[in-house]
Amino acid sequence: MTRYYTDEHEWLDVDGDIATVGITDYAQGQLGDVVFVEVPPAGTALVKGTEAAVVESVKAASDVYAPVSGTVTEANPALEGEPALVNTAPEAEGWFFKLTLANPAELDGLMDAAAYQAFVATL
Amino acid sequence: MVAFAGYAMPIQFEGIIAEHLWTRAHAGLFDVSHMGQLLLPLAAAAAFETLLPGDIKGLGQGVLRYSLLLNDAGGIMDDLMVTRRAEDLYLVVNGAVKDGDIGHLRAAGLAVDYREDWALLALQGPEAVTALGRLVPGVAELRFMRAAAFTWQGVALWVSRSGYTGEDGYEISVPATAAEALAEALLAQPEVKPIGLGARDSLRLEAGLPLYGHDLDPTTTPVEAGLAFAISKRRKLEGGFPAAAAILAQLHEGAARRRVGLAVDGKLPAREGAPVFAGDTQVGVVTSGGFAPSVNAPIAMAYVAAAQAGDGTALEIEVRGRRLAATVVPMPFKPKNYVRAEGATA
Repeated sequence: MTRYYTDEHEWLDVDGDIATVGITDYAQGQLGDVVFVEVPPAGTALVKGTEAAVVESVKAASDVYAPVSGTVTEANPALEGEPALVNTAPEAEGWFFKLTLANPAELDGLMDAAAYQAFVATL
Repeated sequence: MVAFAGYAMPIQFEGIIAEHLWTRAHAGLFDVSHMGQLLLPLAAAAAFETLLPGDIKGLGQGVLRYSLLLNDAGGIMDDLMVTRRAEDLYLVVNGAVKDGDIGHLRAAGLAVDYREDWALLALQGPEAVTALGRLVPGVAELRFMRAAAFTWQGVALWVSRSGYTGEDGYEISVPATAAEALAEALLAQPEVKPIGLGARDSLRLEAGLPLYGHDLDPTTTPVEAGLAFAISKRRKLEGGFPAAAAILAQLHEGAARRRVGLAVDGKLPAREGAPVFAGDTQVGVVTSGGFAPSVNAPIAMAYVAAAQAGDGTALEIEVRGRRLAATVVPMPFKPKNYVRAEGATA
C-alpha cells in the first residue's frame, strides 16, 4: 500500500486499483470541529478535481474535491454517527470513501509524505 | 485569525465547541474592542431619541438599555446598548458599522466622543462573577443590565453586567493601555479561558440574539426582527422616532415577515442564505445558522412569512439540493441565565 497526498490536503492509500481517501491532519486542524460529513454513495463516478464530499465544521461548509477519477465503492459508514472521527483520526478511522481508480496515471502528480510535510511547512 | 470589521481577530483558540461549552459552564474572555464605544452629552438625550425608539430621557443612572438606530424607512441601521452615566450617555455599537453610526449621530447634531482609546473585554459565563469579583471587588452587587465605575490596580473601569452569550457576565471598558494587563489577569483566574469569534457566534445564536449585518440590516424593521421590546412604552405613546407611524402600525397589525428560530432535524447545518420552504413555496431565508454545541443539533434563525411564523410550524430548509425538516421554535434555544434585578436567576 502506498500513501499519496494532494495540495488540497487529501490523502490516498492505494492498494491495487482501490484508493481510500480522506483529509489530512493539517486540513482537519484548519476546519475545526467537524459536525457533519456528506460523502458520495457507492456507485458515484467521480472526476478528478470535481466536488466529491462536503465537510461541515462549526465554522463553515467546505468542499472536498476528488483527488483522482474513479467510481466510489464504499463511503465510510462511521462518519454519519461520529463525524468527529475526522478530527480525532483524520488519517485513519476518519477516512471518507474508497474508489476504484479510473486512471492510475493520475497518481503520478501527487506527493509522498515527505513532500507533503515540506508543502505544509510553507503554508 | 481572520479580518473582521477591519481588525485581525481570532476565530478560535482550542476549538469552537470546547470554547462554547467552557463559557456555558465556567467563564470565557472575549476581546470585543472592535465594537465602538461612544459618549454623548446627557443634554443630547432628547435629540438622540429622534434617532431611535428607546426611552433615553427616562433611563436611570447606571442602567443599560438595548436600542435600535433606525433609518427613515424604519429599517435598522444598528443595534446598540445605551447606558446613562453621571456625566454622559455611554453607547456600545457594532464594529462593522460604527463609522456610519458616528456619521449619522453627528449629522443629527450630536456631539460624539468616539473613545478609540478604550478597549472592551467581555467575561461571560456562570463563573464570571467569581473570577472578576476576585480582581474587582463589588461587581457581584451589579444586577443584569446595570453598570458602574470600578477601579483595578488604579485603572478606571466601566463595568456592565451584560453580554452576548445568554449567560451571566460582564462587559468591561478599560483604557487600551491597560487592556492587555487586565486580560492577562483575568486569564490567570482558573475559571477563565480565552474565547474566539466562532464561539461568540454559536453562543449568541443559541441565546436567540440577532447579529447585525446578518439577522438585522437596513431593510428589517424592529417588529419584523422580533425586537418590539426595544420600543419603549413612552415612545409608543409619543412617537417621534424615525418612521414611527409605520412601525407603530406594524406593531399593531403585525409584520408580513418575522424573525423566527428553527430547530433543524438531523445533523446537517443550514447556514445563512439557505431558502426556507413550506411545501413548494419559498417562504423565507435563513439569516444565521449552524451547529449548536449546547443543544447538540443544528439550529437557525430565519425570516419567514407571518403565516409560517407560528411556533410548531413545520418547514423545510434547502441545503445543497436536499430538503431538511425544520420546526419553528421559540427563542432562545438555550434558556438564558441572567442575574436579574430581583436577585432571581431567570
